[in-house]
Amino acid sequence: MSGLVVDKNKADRSRKEAPLTRLIFIILVVVFDIGAFWFIRSAVNLGFTQLVIIIGVITVMLNLIFLIPKAYPFRWMAAGLSFLILFTIYPILFTVYVAFTNYGDGHLLTKEQAIPLIQKVTYLAEGGKSYTWTAYKNDAGAYALWLTDPDGGTFIAKPGEAIRPAKPGDPGVGEADSSGIPTSLDGYQRLNGLLAATDKELPNIKFGIEGEQGVQIRSPSEAAELQIRYVYDEATDTIIDQSNGDVYYNVEGTFTTRDGKTIKPGFRAVVGFKNFVDFTTSPALRGPLVRIITWNFIFPTVSVLSTFALGLAIAILYNDKDMPFKKVIRSFLLIPYTIPGLISIIMWRGMLNPEFGVINRALESWFGWAPAWTIEPIWAQTAILLVNLWLGYPYFMLITSGALQSIPSDVYEAAMIDGSSAWQSFRRITLPLILVAVGPLLIASFVYNFNNFNLIYLFIQGGPPIAGAATQAGHTDILISYVYKLAFESGGRGVQYGLASAISIVVFLIVGTITLFQYRFTNMWEEVSENA
Amino acid sequence: MLSVMQSYNDLRSSQKFRKRFSIWVRLFIALFLIFFSIFPVLWIISASFDNSQSLATQTLIPANAGLNNYRDLFGLNPDYQFGDLYYWKWVWNSVKVAAITTVLSISITTMAAYAFSRLRFTGRVTMLKGILLIQVFPNLLALVAIYLLVFQFGEIIPAIGLNTHAGLILVYLGGSMGLNIWLMKGFMDTIPRAIDESGMMDGATHFQIFWRLLLPLLRPMLVVIGILSFIGTYGDFILARILLTDVNKYTLMVGLQIFTAGQFDKKWGVFAAGALIGALPILITYLALQDQIAGGLTQGAVKE
Repeated sequence: MSGLVVDKNKADRSRKEAPLTRLIFIILVVVFDIGAFWFIRSAVNLGFTQLVIIIGVITVMLNLIFLIPKAYPFRWMAAGLSFLILFTIYPILFTVYVAFTNYGDGHLLTKEQAIPLIQKVTYLAEGGKSYTWTAYKNDAGAYALWLTDPDGGTFIAKPGEAIRPAKPGDPGVGEADSSGIPTSLDGYQRLNGLLAATDKELPNIKFGIEGEQGVQIRSPSEAAELQIRYVYDEATDTIIDQSNGDVYYNVEGTFTTRDGKTIKPGFRAVVGFKNFVDFTTSPALRGPLVRIITWNFIFPTVSVLSTFALGLAIAILYNDKDMPFKKVIRSFLLIPYTIPGLISIIMWRGMLNPEFGVINRALESWFGWAPAWTIEPIWAQTAILLVNLWLGYPYFMLITSGALQSIPSDVYEAAMIDGSSAWQSFRRITLPLILVAVGPLLIASFVYNFNNFNLIYLFIQGGPPIAGAATQAGHTDILISYVYKLAFESGGRGVQYGLASAISIVVFLIVGTITLFQYRFTNMWEEVSENA
Repeated sequence: MLSVMQSYNDLRSSQKFRKRFSIWVRLFIALFLIFFSIFPVLWIISASFDNSQSLATQTLIPANAGLNNYRDLFGLNPDYQFGDLYYWKWVWNSVKVAAITTVLSISITTMAAYAFSRLRFTGRVTMLKGILLIQVFPNLLALVAIYLLVFQFGEIIPAIGLNTHAGLILVYLGGSMGLNIWLMKGFMDTIPRAIDESGMMDGATHFQIFWRLLLPLLRPMLVVIGILSFIGTYGDFILARILLTDVNKYTLMVGLQIFTAGQFDKKWGVFAAGALIGALPILITYLALQDQIAGGLTQGAVKE
C-alpha cells in the first residue's frame, strides 16, 4: 500500500521537477565540461596519461548522472563518488598494478622516458669526423675549444652548448694569430700547447650537447666527433652497442646482454608474480618476514583482548547507580581517548626512554633495575602493548557501558534467585550478551590494529632492528610499517614500490577476508538487504 | 518469628555492608586506574612548566618552575636553537584545514547517506558493501599514487598542488565516502518514513524533504560526526607530512612530529608545552560532549 503511494508520488515529482531544475543542471554540466575539457587538454599536453584517464572517467560519469533522469539517486552522491574514484579507487588500482612491476630505484622511469636517456650516451669512435683543436679556459675554470676541420671550417665548442661555426674577429672572438687561431675568446684565455696537452681534465670533457653533436679530445693533435653509443631497435626490442656490437635484450625492465652486462637506467616493466615470489622465497627477505608476520598477529590479538578486558572491567565496576562520582571517574578514564594519537605516542616515547624517562628513573630508584624499553626486543614489544592498552581501553569502556545498559536487569534478578554467583552471572549472562553486541567491533579493532601504522612507526620506527636482515626491519615492525620502510625509506637496497605494493596486497587479502567473515558473522548484509 | 526478623535484618545489614565495602574497594581501584590514565598528562603538564627543559632531570613538581618552554614555543626566546617553530601558524593551519574538511565532508556524507537511506536504486546494496570493504585496503601505498596525483594537479592548477592546503583538503575529502556514511544512514533509518511521506503528500521534492524535514532531525548526529571528523583530520599526520613541505605550511601534528626528530631529550620541555596547548581544546570538547559522542558511537556500532 505504502509502496504504491510512494511510486505515484515519485512519478509526480519527476514530472514536476523537470523544467527549471533540469535547465540548471544542464547549465552546470556544461560549465563543468568546459572546465574538465580544459583540464584534460592541459594534462594531455603535459603527458599525464593516467590523470587524463581518471578525469575523463569522472567527467563521463558526472555527465551520465546529471543528464539521465533515471540516475537521479546518484546525484546525491556525485561529489562523494568523484572523490572516491580519485583518491581511493585509483590509488588502489595503481597499487595493484605496481605490485606486478619492478617500480622502484633503478626502475623509476617509464620505457618511453628511459630509451631517450640511454640513447644520449656517446662514445669516442675509432673513425668519425676529426678536428685539430686549441683549448681556452676562463677564470671560473670552464673550458672552450677552437676546432678546425680538414676542410678549413672553424668552430667554437663549449660543454652543454651547441657547437657553432665562428671566424676570428667575429664578435666575442679575438684576432687570429699567424696560424689563423684566435688569441682569445670572450672571457676565456688561450692555453699554450704544452699546458693543454698535459691538462688532466680536458680529455674527459664532452663538448657540445650530449646526444646531439658532441666532440671529445682524443689526442694532443686530434679531437673527434662523439657518436651515439646505444641504438634502440624497436622491431626486436633490443639495443645494440655501436662501440663493440653487443646486443642488449629487454629483460624485465633492464637492457641486458646474454652474458649479463646491463645498461642503466632501467625502466618500469611488468614482472608478473616476481615480487610475490621474491618475498616468499628469498632467504634474506623471508627471515625478518616470518618474525614480522608472527608479531603482526600477536600485537593486534593481545591489544584487542587487553583493551576489551580493561574497558569491560571498568564498565562493569562503575556501571552501578549506587556508585558515587560515577561521572567524574568516567571523565578521568576517558582522557587517553581525547588526546590526538601522535601526541600520546610521542609522550609515551619520552616517558619510556630507557636512559632519561621517568618510568625507568623511578623503577631504578625503587628496584635498582629497569627494562630496556626500545632496546631489548621483548621489552619494546611489551612497551608497545602497554601504550596501546592506554590508548585503546577508553573506546571499549564507552562501547561496553552502552551495551551493558541495554541488558535488562530482570535477567540478573532471575539468575540471583536461582542462586547464581556474581562470577556465574558475568560468565553466563553478561559476557555472552556483550560479545554479541560488540563482537563486530572486536573484529574491527583487530583489523585496525593489524594496520596500526601510526603507533608502531611513531613509537620507535619499528625498532630495535633485526640483526642480519637484508632490508630495514625491526622487532616491533608490522607488515604495514615494513611496507612503509620498503617504499619510502631507502635503506641500502633503495626504494622498492613493487615489493611494497605486493605486500600491501597480501595485507589486504588478510584483512579483507577477516572483514568479510565479520559481515557474515554479524549478518550485516542481511540487514542491508532487508531494508531494500 | 523473632528469629526470622533477626536473620532478615542480619542479612540486610550484611548486604548493605557488603555493598558499602564493594563501593570502597571500587573507589580504591578507580584511584589506581585514574592514576594510570592521567599520569602521562600530568607529566606533560609538569614538563611544560619545567625550566630545565630536559627529559633527564624532570620531576613531577618541577624544581624550577617557569614559563621558559612557552617562551621558546612562541618564539620569544632569541637564543632558542632546537629546530624550527611556527607554533601558532601550525595551529591555525590545522584548525583551518580540519574545519573546511569537516564542513565539506559532512555535506558529502549526509547527502550520500540520504540516497542510501531513502531512495531505492540498483547497486545500492553492492555500493554499501563496497564502501565498507574498500576501507580496509591498506592505503599506505596509495600514498605514492596520491602524491603523484596531487603533483600533477599542481602542474595544471598550482593552487591545488603539492604543498597547498587546498590539495590536502581535496585528498581528505576522498575519505568522506567512508564509514561515516554507514553511521549517518543508520541514524536516518531510525527516523520514521512517515515524515517523508507527509512531505511528499504536500508536493515537496526530495531536496526539500532532505533540507527542511530531515536535516533538523539529524542535528545531533551531525554534531557527533562533525566532531569525530574534525578530530580525525586534526590528528592526521601521514598525509599532511607527505603533501606539505614548507615549514610554515605544516599542520600542528606534522610540525610537532618533525620538531621532535633528533635531540628529543633536549626538546622535551618545548614539545610538552606545544602538545599540551594542541591537545587541550580537543580534550575539553570531548569531555564536555562525552555523552553525545558515546551515544553516537554506540548508535552506529552496537547492535541492539
